[in-house]
Amino acid sequence: MNIFTWKIGGAAGDGQQVAGSLFAKACNQEGLYTYGYSEFPSAIRGGHVAFGVSVAERPIHALYHDVYLLIALNEETVQLHTEEMAKGGIIIYDSGKVTAQAIEVAKKKKIEVCAISLAELIKENGLRPIVTNIIALGASFGILEYDVNVVYTMLDKVFGAKSPEVRDMNRIAIDAGFNYVKKNYLGKKLFFKLNEIQASKEKVILNSNNGVALGAVASGCRAYIAYPMSPATTILHSVAEWAKKTGMVVYQPEDEIAAVHAMIGAMYAGTRAMTGTSGGGFALMTEAVTLSAITETPAVIAVSSRPGPSTGLPTWTEQGDLRFVVHCGHGDFLRVVLAPSDPQSAFEQTALAFNLAEKYQIPVFILIDKYLSEGYKSFDNFKTEVKIERGKMLTQEELLKMKEYNRYKLTKDGVSARSLPGMQNGLHLTNSDEHDEYGFTIEGWTPEMRVAQVDKRAAKLPAILKDLPKPEIYGEKFAKIAVLGWGSTRGPMLEAIQTFENIKYVHIPVVWPIDQKAIEKAIGSAKKLVIMENNPTGQFAELLRGITGITPAKLILKYSGRQFWPEEIVEMIKKIK
Amino acid sequence: MPKLTDFITTKKSTWCAGCGNFGIWAAIKQTFVELNIEPHQAVNIFDIGCNGNGCNWFRCYGFHSLHGRVLPVAVGIKLANPKLKVMAISGDGGALGEGGNHFMHTCRTNVDMTYIIHNNQLYSLTTGQMSPESAQGMKTKSTPQGNPLVQLNHLQIAISAGATFVARAYAFDMQELTRILKAAIEHKGFSIVDILQPCVTLNLINTSSWYTDHMKKLDDTWDPANKEKAIQISGSWDKGIPVGIIYKEERPTLEDSYSLNTKEPLTQQVHAYDVRELLKEFA
Repeated sequence: MNIFTWKIGGAAGDGQQVAGSLFAKACNQEGLYTYGYSEFPSAIRGGHVAFGVSVAERPIHALYHDVYLLIALNEETVQLHTEEMAKGGIIIYDSGKVTAQAIEVAKKKKIEVCAISLAELIKENGLRPIVTNIIALGASFGILEYDVNVVYTMLDKVFGAKSPEVRDMNRIAIDAGFNYVKKNYLGKKLFFKLNEIQASKEKVILNSNNGVALGAVASGCRAYIAYPMSPATTILHSVAEWAKKTGMVVYQPEDEIAAVHAMIGAMYAGTRAMTGTSGGGFALMTEAVTLSAITETPAVIAVSSRPGPSTGLPTWTEQGDLRFVVHCGHGDFLRVVLAPSDPQSAFEQTALAFNLAEKYQIPVFILIDKYLSEGYKSFDNFKTEVKIERGKMLTQEELLKMKEYNRYKLTKDGVSARSLPGMQNGLHLTNSDEHDEYGFTIEGWTPEMRVAQVDKRAAKLPAILKDLPKPEIYGEKFAKIAVLGWGSTRGPMLEAIQTFENIKYVHIPVVWPIDQKAIEKAIGSAKKLVIMENNPTGQFAELLRGITGITPAKLILKYSGRQFWPEEIVEMIKKIK
Repeated sequence: MPKLTDFITTKKSTWCAGCGNFGIWAAIKQTFVELNIEPHQAVNIFDIGCNGNGCNWFRCYGFHSLHGRVLPVAVGIKLANPKLKVMAISGDGGALGEGGNHFMHTCRTNVDMTYIIHNNQLYSLTTGQMSPESAQGMKTKSTPQGNPLVQLNHLQIAISAGATFVARAYAFDMQELTRILKAAIEHKGFSIVDILQPCVTLNLINTSSWYTDHMKKLDDTWDPANKEKAIQISGSWDKGIPVGIIYKEERPTLEDSYSLNTKEPLTQQVHAYDVRELLKEFA
């Protein structure tokens, strides 16, 4: 076993996320790689919140199910997470909050337990209750027999320069937990240790919402216009927080309908703008997607899914909006749906989204989900270079030289050059009605122009396909069994595949349009195709069959609100004959 | 200097003879000429409706948007390039029915643009259903037994919500309409001009003689800076519909909040940005 998983649970507001983030950073400080994930209810206080971190000696792509060290700040943690405990695992519980009864259940399962009274330690050390979580963190490192100096170095890095007082308070709290465990539970040991490895200690930890936000800034997105909705909201928070430095206009209007239309207005005027939401908010935006499509105004929309329908499970995960995003909007038109699978690809595909939206003058989606939005992955080298491609945009000089300018000129590649409002000699009508080359409304009396404009917009497809990233292949290239997935399933699959020598994983980075040739090539000689999706019906499998006729022999589906665990994928694949 | 004919395209109008839209269109063109605004400096965002079809014969940068959505599109354009003269043009249905939420909140923004509401108290392009401006009891195709709802008092809402220029005019009083439009466009902030207009084909109640009988011009003694009185008088209808500049105040605009007027527009800022500094936050 080379993966260690730590988890902390408690009431909302107890600071699990902070403790989890510091735990991961302390591991990074020894070169170790981490993957963290937050599980929480749709409430500010009250309700149960857990944060898990899996640690490995090589880059890690997902959170594991089996927990080796569980920190229970409340009783619910013991009740809800004991089933996740690995053989030989230890629970550290707050004896002031967890009843003996609950602990008995855990003990019966032969799990080691360590009681610690956090309230008493707060009192003894003259600390404030706000660092309760940090004492628990110190206790974790005590059990792990981790070098406490490494934890100090991490605290220096995180708090030192900004607020030495906070650093010192946290240090006392770490010591309190660390020393208490050392003194009272010397015999309780995990059967392995976290050791320093030869890898960069200068890691960064990001989630995919961070990746999208950074990607937007890097790509010259100058306006982010959005209405809050989990799990997309933290994109808004990031760009708003950075606005003073970046100069980006971050605007929260009255609703999602306004957000998407203002984004389209800003794109039309000639800047780069973007909006982001979840499925329910996106449902309100769909008419505007069609406005972008017929007016050939670039649009970039990030959608982070959560389980629906309706309010659904607001703070949990599902890939249930694929069909909706691919098919949304009335009428028949072209769009691109990118499906990043981790913070790095979220960054890269956000940059790609702007280039595609402007080059082809179409709506482009960045489709992620809560597992990615709240999945914290560590990187040695997070790449931040972008290439800006704005497509056919006319300069004032070029326009003045033109005898006649037509915004919707019929061209071979379907793309006609843009003039921007304010430019001389570039007048046109941006029209939600079907229109002629200038933009004037046409009626059905000129069916040939209707057909020509529909064909023009559709003619962009071949060039778009060339610009899209190709399916990725992992594992054994010539395996008989190929598992195919998209988006957030890549992380747990990359972990699971390490168990097998005879499995191929085909990852689809762009879910629409479907590139039949590229997918057929990636599946190659595999005899059996399995499609794995985090939704109830196999939505990508359905699209793939509809476009290409490719039909999987088996679907692996999960729709409980949770992501796939690497361990369960291993079991599911083992059953495939 | 622009000429009136600069604002005319090759397309012919499809409005009914005698439609109030002609008066409004003529006044807007006259206003642009008098304010020396060239067609390429003006962006007009049109709603869906008879007035919106005017996008085809109005020569400028036109954006024929979706029903009820002209304001958010306009806000996006203005944020991206505050140098543009932005005007949103809607009917009473798009402005107050489908777009009611945007109407209220755009008043709060005080974005520097002008909003023209063609108010004929009816949905006309869809052949005559009640609008938020139809009188209670009015018989229309969708309310043959009479409109069960009271008329919406949108100018009162506008002033309360934070619009900084609120006026009402009449489509066939060219001189006064042009005067008000000029003042609206020159006003720094969100200016609303509600324009009463007959629908000669479908609204046989609110005809030009009905408007002539009911309108009450604000006289020279009217003080548009008095918010309380402005809210009060804008609620008046049956006892005389106030016409003129009802309310006016100076307040920083949405663009001011983002200091956009002191920088080059966002349209000039699109290039690759180095985010390595921001990435350090994740260390």
